Amino acid sequence: MFDLKGYGPELLSGAVVTIELAFLSLALALALGLIGAAAKLSNSRAAVGIATAYTTLIRGVPDLVMMLLFYYGGQVGVNMLSDYIWETYEVDFFFQFNPFISGVVTIGLIFGAYMTETFRGAFLAVETGQIEAARAYGFSNWHTFRRVMVPQMLRHALPGIGNNWQVLLKTTALVSIIGLTDMVRVAEEAAKAERMPFHFFIPVAFVYLALTAGSELFIKWLDKRANAGVIQES
Amino acid sequence: MPPDFIAAWLNKNDIFTALTIMEYWDGMVTTVQLVFLSLIIGLVFAVPLAILRTVKNPFVSGPVWLYTYLFRGTPLLIQLYIIYYGVAQIPGIQQTFWWEIFREPFYPALLAFTLNTCAYTTEIIRGAIVSTPHGEIEAAKAYGMNWFMRMRRIVLPSAARRAVQAYSNEVIFMLHSSAIASVVTIVDLTGAARNIYSRFYAPFDAFIFVALCYMALTFILVFAFRKLENHLLRHQRPVGS
Repeated sequence: MFDLKGYGPELLSGAVVTIELAFLSLALALALGLIGAAAKLSNSRAAVGIATAYTTLIRGVPDLVMMLLFYYGGQVGVNMLSDYIWETYEVDFFFQFNPFISGVVTIGLIFGAYMTETFRGAFLAVETGQIEAARAYGFSNWHTFRRVMVPQMLRHALPGIGNNWQVLLKTTALVSIIGLTDMVRVAEEAAKAERMPFHFFIPVAFVYLALTAGSELFIKWLDKRANAGVIQES
Repeated sequence: MPPDFIAAWLNKNDIFTALTIMEYWDGMVTTVQLVFLSLIIGLVFAVPLAILRTVKNPFVSGPVWLYTYLFRGTPLLIQLYIIYYGVAQIPGIQQTFWWEIFREPFYPALLAFTLNTCAYTTEIIRGAIVSTPHGEIEAAKAYGMNWFMRMRRIVLPSAARRAVQAYSNEVIFMLHSSAIASVVTIVDLTGAARNIYSRFYAPFDAFIFVALCYMALTFILVFAFRKLENHLLRHQRPVGS
């Protein structure tokens, strides 16, 4: 009944690529978001300036343009860098910039900017009394950040992280444009070869739907756990 | 006089000639047309759909929910591919006048973008309608307004104020998503940049310039929406400002 014309295994490995890409870029985005939020809330004017420039820049440029810039420009940039290193230090340094790396870097950078805003809002939602109490106990800055701020801010950040994750998942489809064989790419090639667009794109659409629906449930569950000690209004 | 390094750069610059600037300009016109048309058409359909989505009868609100769920849960790229490659497969379409329209990549892209933004806008407006303060509706009822008048005079204007901020995000999101039009051979801003990249093999010049163009468009939109928001929410301004 449901005949994928022999493209089934390829579609499956494409789906694995999509999921790997999504999780790796999520990890990068979360790390960048934490650093960005910490920079935005710090007292150093340089750090605030750099973080603000980063988030403004990212939110002004389409994700596809960024991706093309990193993909086509990345290799040229690496080549220039390796030439420079060879000429000054005579060290042979080179690596191949592939579509997977540029996909992870671009998506991670883009969503890092959105996560920065999410985390910033969440840090601000932590009561100042908590921070004062930590100070009073003699916690250092780093200790306050790790033991008091982060655990309490996660509860506020979770809905925002969830939204960003849903958008991120759909953005991964763009890597098919820079030649990574994710499931969209496989479906496109199959649809062209077999002249059956609906036959291949609709199942892929449903895989995305299943992924977003599944993560919605998971985030709801996490949210419930994170808010376990909080009395909900209404 | 410009500083020396700018003058030097301009002298040996052979990428940004009048011809390539025109190509970028044509791309910008296509992008703006595509985004503007899809947003307008999407908004026109989103308002009635959002009202239907708030109706209690599940046979009315169910189909609208399904539509928004499907279009919000899948990537726009897939929707674009399904429409772009799918239209040609509809039996008999190549004999009708529709084929004249849909043979161009512009119209399938417009259709995909419209359906996508309409789904997001429907949910934004629905959220704003649902959060109308109950007292406002009670007051309208007490004045003897019927459902239609209540919608037109009370619920929708008040919902528009609450929706405008989320809608401005959707507009910017749409501008950025429109970059994928370049994959179905439309020469929009991104398409122009890709052409120029492949002609000169100069990724930084081609893509950084186009990024600046998008950024300029984004900031114009942000500025316009901030003005609009100030205008719509002027009754909430603190006294004396």
